[in-house]
Amino acid sequence: MIASYTHQRDENPEGPHLPLEPLPGHTSRGRLERVLRRGEFAVTTELNPPDSADPEDVYNRAKVFDGWVDAINAVDASGANCHMSSVGICALLTRMGYAPVMQIACRDKNRIAIQGDVLGGAAMGVANILCLTGDGVQAGDQPGAKPVFDLDSTSLLETIRIMRDNGKFLSGRKLTTPPQLFLGAAINPFAPPYDFRPIHLGKKIAAGAQFVQSQYCFDVPMLRTFMDKARDLGFTEKVFILVGVGPLASAKTAKWIRSNVPGIHIPDAVIKRLEGAQDQKKEGKQLCIDIINEVKEIPGVSGIHVMAYRQEEYVAEIVDESGVLKGRRPWKREPRADDRLVADRLERILRDDTTETQVDMVKTAH
Amino acid sequence: MNDTQPTSTTAKGPASSAGEVIPPAATGGVTQATIVKKTAPKSDYKPADVSPQRRVQRSFAVRLWSIRHSRSLEWFYARFADVFLKLHPLWKSIGYGNIEAPVKFVERQVKGFMFDCRMCGQCVLSSTGMSCPMNCPKQLRNGPCGGVRANGNCEVEPDMPCVWVKAWEGSRNMVKGDAILAVQKPVDQSLRETSAWLRVTAQAAAAREAAEPGAQG
Repeated sequence: MIASYTHQRDENPEGPHLPLEPLPGHTSRGRLERVLRRGEFAVTTELNPPDSADPEDVYNRAKVFDGWVDAINAVDASGANCHMSSVGICALLTRMGYAPVMQIACRDKNRIAIQGDVLGGAAMGVANILCLTGDGVQAGDQPGAKPVFDLDSTSLLETIRIMRDNGKFLSGRKLTTPPQLFLGAAINPFAPPYDFRPIHLGKKIAAGAQFVQSQYCFDVPMLRTFMDKARDLGFTEKVFILVGVGPLASAKTAKWIRSNVPGIHIPDAVIKRLEGAQDQKKEGKQLCIDIINEVKEIPGVSGIHVMAYRQEEYVAEIVDESGVLKGRRPWKREPRADDRLVADRLERILRDDTTETQVDMVKTAH
Repeated sequence: MNDTQPTSTTAKGPASSAGEVIPPAATGGVTQATIVKKTAPKSDYKPADVSPQRRVQRSFAVRLWSIRHSRSLEWFYARFADVFLKLHPLWKSIGYGNIEAPVKFVERQVKGFMFDCRMCGQCVLSSTGMSCPMNCPKQLRNGPCGGVRANGNCEVEPDMPCVWVKAWEGSRNMVKGDAILAVQKPVDQSLRETSAWLRVTAQAAAAREAAEPGAQG
């Protein structure tokens, strides 16, 4: 009976929480790398980390993305605001079979803690790590914290690459089992120095980046200029670029973000378009879909990273309406065949309100 | 915002409670950071600048001058390193340990004045367009973060030009400016407050000595 259950693509038949079969040319055993290396347009998103110790909060927040995204970023105290840690979120997500992208920010941990977390994360089944510098502590709710910044994003990439490829800590001490990881980095083509940004991407590739996720893109021509330069330098052959997109809730929010969140560039045209709309929230979503449709046509773009902070329920609609998946269904958490059997049976017993006797059961079984 | 609610914020299902979702702007730009700032005890004394890093600097006028003149400083630095290497026998006879204190004193004064040097002990000025990366509030040694403001200023210190925007400008003037492309190793904290000049000299001398017997053999 169990044999009749067909497991999904990119799923270990032994259980969705287990790593996939290693493939040649792949450095990780996760879903995201497989999707990207097959040449499919990948979709990743970000989980808004809960301020609670309840695992259900994480599961509920992940559930909205079911069947629409290839990987979920577990953010590491983004904006220097304290939330559930990325390691904790990854522990919960990998248990359920999700493919998390574990973010590591250099702001809070020194190299000893970071290398330990990399091993721990990989052991839990984390296949993707995103190396970030992190916002300054001054940006967050606890500006009195000690900023660590022992490594920076590039040296962090190199550190983890050395752990994976050479099987060594930064000190040179050997690892008995190196982590199998798909390494990512962040890029921001929308902040100065603009002509250095593509070259900076090359530096991150040299340090070990295999995929990059960009900051919010609201200015497609600017991204195009960046991509042209990156293509000329041959970087799009070496790295999968996922462009960050997201819906703006209103013109007011857009203005607030523009003046308060450094690094997010929102052109005046975008704000004008939102201001002129009847339903600004709907227009914000439509704007996001329009940007995706433009971005996906740029050569060298391998996917999108949808950041819908506090609007997570729109991610599915945005992905669906933009049609980037072209009918593909990313992995979806489904109950295991035997669990489903029990659930179906239980439901029948409870709903139908019939008393089954052994004699009846034998009859139906034949 | 339902942040103050003690119960699970997602009990009814995540973010699906669309009506409750309030964008940051809807509450008049009140973020957690503003609340923290408001609840801080009020007093007449308001420290200047945001980060302690910035506070210990005088102004960045001299630092910016050095970056503008990165090409001539590069030339001078190369000559200076040669002279120091020529003096290797002298340093060795006095003992590198004995000479360290005075050299470090001079190095701190000179580099402190010119570049706002932080004495990390592993100088990378020649790879960063003569802009000291330790002045970055995040002490980034491999390039700018994503938070650089549109006017080219720092995300943490709104009045300070980004160290890495300046580094890129400075490196474009230099002969060996492409050294900025090299991936830098993480800072070795155990070398803080030591003389980078003496280390570089001793290492260059050791490399020269190691090469000599090889040339004979």
